[in-house]
Amino acid sequence: MDIAQARKERIDRGIKVRSDGLYALMSLKELSYLTLPRFLLIAGMLSLPFLMPGMYWQRVISIVCIYSLLALSFDFLAHYVGLVCLGGAFFIGMGGYIAGILNTYFGLPPVLTIPLATIIGGALSTFLLLPCLPLKGVYFAIVTLMYPLFMARIIEAFDIFGGTDGIIGIDSFSNHWVEQYVVIGVVLGFVFGLRRLVNMDIGLIFTAIMDNDQAVKASGINITLYRALAVFIASSMGCLGGACITHIYMWSGISQFALDFSILPIAATVIGGAGTLVGPVLGCLILVPVSELLRDFGTLRIVFYAVILVAFILFKSEGIMEFVQRKYEQFERWTKI
Amino acid sequence: MIEDPILKVVGLTKKFGGVTALSDVSFEVGEGEILGIIGPNGSGKTTIVNNITGFIKPSSGMIFFKGKNITGQKPHKIADMGVTRTFQVMRPYYSLPAYKNLVIPLFSPRARRTGGWRGGGRLGDRHTVSIDILEEIGFERDSYIPFKTTSTLPTGYLKRLELARCLSLKPEIIICDEVFSGLSMSEIASMVPLIERLQMDGITIVMIEHRLRELFRVANRIMVMNFGEKLIEGSPDEVMADAGVKEAYFGSEEVEEVMTYA
Repeated sequence: MDIAQARKERIDRGIKVRSDGLYALMSLKELSYLTLPRFLLIAGMLSLPFLMPGMYWQRVISIVCIYSLLALSFDFLAHYVGLVCLGGAFFIGMGGYIAGILNTYFGLPPVLTIPLATIIGGALSTFLLLPCLPLKGVYFAIVTLMYPLFMARIIEAFDIFGGTDGIIGIDSFSNHWVEQYVVIGVVLGFVFGLRRLVNMDIGLIFTAIMDNDQAVKASGINITLYRALAVFIASSMGCLGGACITHIYMWSGISQFALDFSILPIAATVIGGAGTLVGPVLGCLILVPVSELLRDFGTLRIVFYAVILVAFILFKSEGIMEFVQRKYEQFERWTKI
Repeated sequence: MIEDPILKVVGLTKKFGGVTALSDVSFEVGEGEILGIIGPNGSGKTTIVNNITGFIKPSSGMIFFKGKNITGQKPHKIADMGVTRTFQVMRPYYSLPAYKNLVIPLFSPRARRTGGWRGGGRLGDRHTVSIDILEEIGFERDSYIPFKTTSTLPTGYLKRLELARCLSLKPEIIICDEVFSGLSMSEIASMVPLIERLQMDGITIVMIEHRLRELFRVANRIMVMNFGEKLIEGSPDEVMADAGVKEAYFGSEEVEEVMTYA
């Protein structure tokens, strides 16, 4: 066939169409078609600690999971609520410091500090972001970018919570297996939990506020309330990550407000596929280990990093997840025009 | 004067910088009636709607709903009381299927509280309820139209979707901002009975309209606006007979001519 007179068409695979409806429940083949990707993700994540060659790389897995939480919360806010939030560092810092304070000043064990830091941190972050909730797009991004810098300067200037030295002598997890399976479990829980949330009626409200806030107002719904709820969910995830990181490093300090925590999740979302929720986790699974491998190159690693990002944006801007999903559900063929 | 008006606007004035969009407009709407508001472009009709429903705050003047002052309230509070509106430029959720557009108003506190529409989902799936409402407003239940992505629907259906959003809130008042504009003659012809039915159900309707023939058929009273001021108010016949209206609204042309053209 002459290529000039042909075009590519994409058609859903038969099994994809058959497993769309309720009938999928009646056939093992269709059931396994539906569950295979989910099973792969869960099994893959759970076996990661065994596949890693040593303690160093096992620690990298924990860090991957914490970045995944941030990337998930970024993806949720940006693509399901319409708020571009650069506050990853802010959430990590809030969660980290609250967990550290609860552990050293009040003597609470990690079993209590992590859930408490999640909820208190989420509530505090939401409260601080409340005035800028009516802002949209880049304005909200700017304010959320400012908060971590602001918090770090306050701690430095007033020399509170250990000042520039940070809080030291924080309890660690009982062992590194517990540490890894806690963070992996949390990430898996949030991936499937958020997917469920955005498909529920309340998720529809979030999306509607993003699409068309005037119509939501005219429907008698308080949009600030729902924006605040979404920010609470997202910031709680960040604070949970922060609390975990504090107990992993047994230390919480100003570097938890570092901008890496705001920027890397966005890069991971670009690579993994925006708006897919699973994509950002895959993005983190690639980006964080790559960034570790490039550590030997010193400051040059930022250059490699930038090259990877630019390549993805130029050649696969849809992201890994969208690409893989398309291949899984559809096939392509040439047809005559 | 109307006894116990459901909606009462007193001395409504709105200034945008140096431009006076509305100056000292007062009117009342009785329960269950249809009030038509007409006027040339830029005469402040939509500004009235935006002021009543709280999307913009009036510079001065008061708005009462059932004797309660609602001036300057937030839009969602006003919608929660039952004062609903459609938008002149339709505002559906284009990325969603048509029936999912109604899940959002059915999720609102008012829909859940009033218990209409099977409790706004409390006693039934919101998706089922929204298809019930869509059927009432003219989407064929058994066709694929309620399930199509909203961005693929023609204007007629989008206008109906605007009305459906108001209906799913179990409204007391619907303020229709040009629901007939942009529709074909046959689409308008099928909308008119719908408006009449809503009135029979006891819903008060304020209609802003350029399609005079259809408006004069359904409206009980007409108010004419010009340059942000109320020109005259009265029954359709009285309004048609007024010389000032002819001059302001119809220019030099003969009214009959415009009527046949409209």
